[in-house]
Amino acid sequence: MLIGKPSKILSSEITPESVYLSRRSLLKGLGVVAGAASMPAYALTQPQSSDLPLYPGPDWLRPKLDSAKTTWTVNEELTPYDSVITYNNFYEFGLNKEDPYERAQNFKTDPWQVEIAGEVERPGVYNLEDLLAKVDIEERIYRFRCVEAWSMVIPWLGFSLASLIKQLNPTSKAKYIEFVTLEDPEQMPGQRSLFSTIDWPYREGLRMDEAMHPLTMLAVGVYGQAMPPQNGAPLRLVVPWKYGFKSIKSVVQIRFRETMPQNTWRLTASQEYGFYANVNPNVDHPRWSQATERRLPSSLFNPRIIETTMFNGYEEVAPLYAGMDLSKWY
Amino acid sequence: MVLVSDALTKRFVWSGIFTLMTAPLIWVVYLAYTNQLGADPAKEIVDDLGQWAIRFLILTLCASTFSRRLHIRVLLQHRRMIGLFALFYVLLHLFAVATFILGWRVDLLIRELTDRPYIMLGMAALLLLTPLGVTSTKGWQKKLGRRWSTLHKLIYPATLLALLHLVLLIRASTLEAIVYSFLICLLLTERLYKNRKSKKRKSELRRKPLT
Repeated sequence: MLIGKPSKILSSEITPESVYLSRRSLLKGLGVVAGAASMPAYALTQPQSSDLPLYPGPDWLRPKLDSAKTTWTVNEELTPYDSVITYNNFYEFGLNKEDPYERAQNFKTDPWQVEIAGEVERPGVYNLEDLLAKVDIEERIYRFRCVEAWSMVIPWLGFSLASLIKQLNPTSKAKYIEFVTLEDPEQMPGQRSLFSTIDWPYREGLRMDEAMHPLTMLAVGVYGQAMPPQNGAPLRLVVPWKYGFKSIKSVVQIRFRETMPQNTWRLTASQEYGFYANVNPNVDHPRWSQATERRLPSSLFNPRIIETTMFNGYEEVAPLYAGMDLSKWY
Repeated sequence: MVLVSDALTKRFVWSGIFTLMTAPLIWVVYLAYTNQLGADPAKEIVDDLGQWAIRFLILTLCASTFSRRLHIRVLLQHRRMIGLFALFYVLLHLFAVATFILGWRVDLLIRELTDRPYIMLGMAALLLLTPLGVTSTKGWQKKLGRRWSTLHKLIYPATLLALLHLVLLIRASTLEAIVYSFLICLLLTERLYKNRKSKKRKSELRRKPLT
């Protein structure tokens, strides 16, 4: 059968930071000329004009977001703001894609506490504000590939997970890191559903070297503002070379472990979802193909079908899996 | 006089059912046209049409049960149209998959058809339903005689295949599958129960002209 080989992302497609920054200084210049005093000087990616709500976020976070610089980008069209904030898999708020947008608007995400636990120097419960005191926020535009074979391009705001891990000083026993989402059926109607096959709370994990990889980030915002609740506010993981379900939302616990943690989708259907969940066009989901994906928003008579690439195009992570049979460790 | 008003009533009811069964299609086209289906309208349309297809298959099965148990004959009187609408929605569902999801890319179409168990089940359901649609006319009914009702028993395996097709697609919610399974079980159980009744009564029912 004719299945196209995954096309490589050319290094020429990746905009060098210097070029990107100069573009922003150009924008800045234009802003001054036009006298657009309201236009922020940093010119992070902003939402397109939209009737939908904006998410300025808590006071303590705003200056950090405002001083963010763009450090990663891809030369691909961004998924529009409206799609990014209304099309979400966040089963805690319901199973339909629009449920999180419709049901999460009153979700309380500030103040927020995160428990740091396990094999780490200073375990304890931290206010998110204190946990983030020493990290710098960056904008990173990543491809996002869902296991359901759709994809987006999203401008996240956040920081390297590695920078937080270094501050926390895990012990030599820490081989894995586990994340847990909030369990709060009062606020999360999906957790009250009788027909859900999921055992709450949602949990995910990474191997330590995956967690330390510079691409792995904890995100606190998107589209130049704070993270909307439906996208996993106030703190979520983003691992761009893995299927979206690895990028756990609304994290309340980070645990350093010696043994491989369980993850929710593997617990729910282990023959379909593994621990690694690397984007891989050569290993199909048992029920559907992973060779192609539909870039959202889709247009009806011209579905934007594109070839899925190994590690979602982030080939630099390949050494992490050297010698591993990725059809076995899916 | 009475005959005329009966015919008029029937015509009126026919139009009512026709309108109701067209409404889901008009509604989803309206939502798509006005951009109310979100970031992935393709998936919404496909799911919606598939759901209505299985609902109408179940409604077709309700026709004789409602007549026997509840003495509601309206569904039975219009069973042909209801069944044809079910087939129509199955075809629309398939057309939407091929057009909006696969963009008529032949390599993807072939791969989906050969590799995916749930798609094979759905296609099998369609294959079973197609001859039922073709032979739904009065002419074919006459031509086939008693064999016609035997042939049309294919709706049972077709409905079960459609149900399995849906069950295999479940990611996290079992609600719809549970409701449909329950209804289908109920309708099939009623038939088994009916078949155990005296043969005489059964043959009487069969000889009643189908309207």
